[in-house]
Amino acid sequence: MAYAGNILRVNLSTGQAASEELDGKKAYDYIGGRGLAAKILYDEIDPKTDPLGADNKILFATGPLTGTPVPAASRYMVVTKSPLTGAIACSNSGGFFPAELKYAGYDIVLVEGKAAEPVYIWIKNGEVEIRPAKDIWGKTTHEAEDIIIAETDPDAKVCSIGPAGETMVRIACVINDKHRSAGRSGVGAVMGSKNLKAIAVRGTVGLKPADSEAFRAECLRLVKHASNHPAVLALRANGTTNGVNIANKFGVFPTRNYKSGVFEKYQEIGPEKLHRTVFVRARACAGCPVACKRVTRLDTDKYQGAGEGPEYETLYSFGGMTGVDDIYAVTKANYICNELGMDTISAGATIACAMEMFEEGHISEEQVGRSLNFGDPEAMVEMLEKMGRREGFGDLMAEGSFRMAEEFGVSHLSISVKGQELAGWGTRGFKGMGLNYATGNRGACHTKGNTMGMELFGKMDALATEGKPQLIAGAQDATAALDSTGLCLFINGVIKPKDVISLLKTGTGNEYDEESYARAGSRIWNIERMFNIGAGFTADDDTLPRRLLEEPMPEGPGQGQVVELDAMLPEYYQQRGWDAKGKPTKEKLKELGIS
Amino acid sequence: MSKILWMHPDKCTGCKLCEVACSFKKYDEINPSKSRISTVIYESPPFYVAMACPQCDDPWCANACPSAALEKNPEDGIVRVNEDRCVGCKMCVLACPFGAIEYAPEEKIAVKCDYCEGQPECVEFCPTAALEFKDADEGGAGQKKRSLADTLRKAYMEGGSL
Repeated sequence: MAYAGNILRVNLSTGQAASEELDGKKAYDYIGGRGLAAKILYDEIDPKTDPLGADNKILFATGPLTGTPVPAASRYMVVTKSPLTGAIACSNSGGFFPAELKYAGYDIVLVEGKAAEPVYIWIKNGEVEIRPAKDIWGKTTHEAEDIIIAETDPDAKVCSIGPAGETMVRIACVINDKHRSAGRSGVGAVMGSKNLKAIAVRGTVGLKPADSEAFRAECLRLVKHASNHPAVLALRANGTTNGVNIANKFGVFPTRNYKSGVFEKYQEIGPEKLHRTVFVRARACAGCPVACKRVTRLDTDKYQGAGEGPEYETLYSFGGMTGVDDIYAVTKANYICNELGMDTISAGATIACAMEMFEEGHISEEQVGRSLNFGDPEAMVEMLEKMGRREGFGDLMAEGSFRMAEEFGVSHLSISVKGQELAGWGTRGFKGMGLNYATGNRGACHTKGNTMGMELFGKMDALATEGKPQLIAGAQDATAALDSTGLCLFINGVIKPKDVISLLKTGTGNEYDEESYARAGSRIWNIERMFNIGAGFTADDDTLPRRLLEEPMPEGPGQGQVVELDAMLPEYYQQRGWDAKGKPTKEKLKELGIS
Repeated sequence: MSKILWMHPDKCTGCKLCEVACSFKKYDEINPSKSRISTVIYESPPFYVAMACPQCDDPWCANACPSAALEKNPEDGIVRVNEDRCVGCKMCVLACPFGAIEYAPEEKIAVKCDYCEGQPECVEFCPTAALEFKDADEGGAGQKKRSLADTLRKAYMEGGSL
C-alpha cells in the first residue's frame, strides 16, 4: 500500500514507543497527512489545553502519496495546537525527511508527554530509541543535524529545532534537511516544550502500492506531463521569487508593515537581482520535477554563509515589510531563521511591526537597545538574532507581533489574524485573499486557500467581493484534500483532482470520486474549525487587522481600497453550511460524518 | 557501439527520483535503499550527480568472480549477474572500484544495474533529462570538449589575455 500502514506513538513522559496500525476508515475519511492528523488531534486532546504543556501532542504526518514516484509528493505536515494562535496548527514541509519516514514504515509519528531532559528520537525501521540530547541542546539546526547524522546513520534524515524552539519562541519552526521549514504557527516551540530536540529516521522497509503496475503507469504519465509543464518550468527557473514582480504589479506587495502594497525598491530584492547575486542553482525536494529551491551563497564584507532561500514570502517579510532593499541582508535574515529555527514570515512581520512602533514612538531606543527604523538592514539582522535567542528586547519580540504590540496597547499595529502574521499577498487589492486570511483555521495563511490564479490572473475581478465566498470555501477545501495526500501545493493545477483520485486508487486501493474527494477536503476543513471552536474561537476572531478594514490603500492599482469583509463573511458562513456565528450546523456535521 | 548511461550533473536537481524508480522496477517496492543507482549530493558548493555501474569492458567484478556468475555481453555491453551461479561470496563487491555492485542480503546474491535490459527506468523517470541512455560516442564526448573549451575561453577572456 502507498500508506506505510502504521502510526508511531512516542510518549516522552514514560519513554515508551509503540507502533499502531493505521485505522483504515479514518485514513479513508481524512486521506492522511494534514487531515488524518487533525482528526487524531481532535479526538485525543482537549482543545483548551495549554499548547506548551505536556498534554499537547504533536504529529509529524505524511500523506499516502509521500515518498512515491508521484511528482512533487515530498511533503509532511506538522500538526499540533499552536502556541502562537491557540488554534490548530498545520505546517507543511518537503525535503527528504518525510519520504524517509514512510520508507521506515510510518505514516505518522505522534509525540506526546514531555521528556525530563533534552532528547531526540532515533527511528530505524522498527527500532525506536529515545536518546539524550543534552549536548546538542543550544546548537543551531544545522549543527544539530550534522551531529545527529554522525551519531546515527550517514543516510539518516533529520528534523530539528534550533535555539528558538528550545526557548519556546512562539514563532519557532521545525527545520528538516537543514533548509526545509514547517514554518508557521510556532510548531517548533511545541517540540521545545517537550524537550524534544529532533527526530532522526532511516527507512529501508519501503512501500508496496496496491496495484503496482497501474500505479507505476500513472506516476510515469504524470512525471512526463509535469516535467515540461510551463508552470513547472517557470518555478524551476525562478522559484517563487517572481512573486515580487507580480505582487508589485498588482499593488499587493505588502510594504512597511502593510501600510502600502507597492515597494518602490522592489527590483532590489526581486528575481533578477537575486539570481544575479546570491543564487547558485536550483534544487529539488524528493522526487520533485519543480526544483523551486534556491541554493544560495553569501560572500560580502558584511554577510557570509550558504544555504537555501530566500523564497518569495521571505523577500516579502524581510524586504517589503521592513522596507529593507538589501538582498544580502534579506538572504542573511533567511539563513538566521533557518539556523535558529524561526518562521521567516512571522519573524520579518514582527520586526516590521516593531519598526512601526518605534517610528510612532510607542517604543524607545532605550527599550529596544538601538534605533529600529524601516529600511535599516543592520537593525533587522541584529534584532532577528536577538529574537531567536530571546535576548534583550528580542525576548518580547519572540512572543510574536500581536503579544508584543499588545504589551504597549497598540495591538492594531500587529498585522495578524488569530495572532498569526499575514503572508505576502496584500489583501486590499485582492479581496478573496482577505476573506481567506480572516477565516484561516491556523490564522492568517496564504497557502490554505490561495486564489491568486483566479483573482489576479483569472476571470475574476480581484477588487470585487462578489463570488469570493464560494471561491474561497472551494479553494480551502480543495487545498485541505491536496495537503492531506502528501503532494506539494506547487503541483496543484498541473496534477488535477482526477489524477489524484486515480493515484489514490492504484496506490492505496481507496476509491474516491470527485465528489467524495472534495467532501474529504471539506470534512478536514470543518474538523479543524471544530477544534478551534472547542478552543474558544468565535466569529469575532474571523477578522482582519484594522489597517486593512479601515485605512484605504494609499497608492498603486488598489489605491483607495479597503477589504469589505462584512460583504463576504455572512455569505461565506452560509456557503459552508455554518450558522450566523460561524459554527458548523448539526446537519453539516452529520453530512460530513464528523462526531 | 553499445549504449551507456549519460549523467549530466548540470541538469540534475538532486531529487533522487531515479532511486525511487529503480527500486520500484527491480523489487516491485518503493524503497530507494535498494536502488542500483544513487544520486550523490554535495551541499556546498552544491553538486548533484547520479552514479551507476559503467558496464566496464574488462569488468573488475567479473574478473574477481570465482563462479563465473558475472559476464559482459559483447552485443549490448551489459554486465549481468547469473543468479543461479552466484554463490554470494561478495568478491565482486570488494573488486569493483566504483561501488557499482552490491550484495543483497535478502536474496543472498550480488545485484547491479543492468540498464533494465535496454530501457533504463531511471532515464524514463528523470524529470530534467539529467540522465540519458545513448551511444557512448553520440555527441557526449564532443559536448564535454566543448564545455571545457568554454570554461577555458571564459578564463582567458576574464584574464584579459585575449
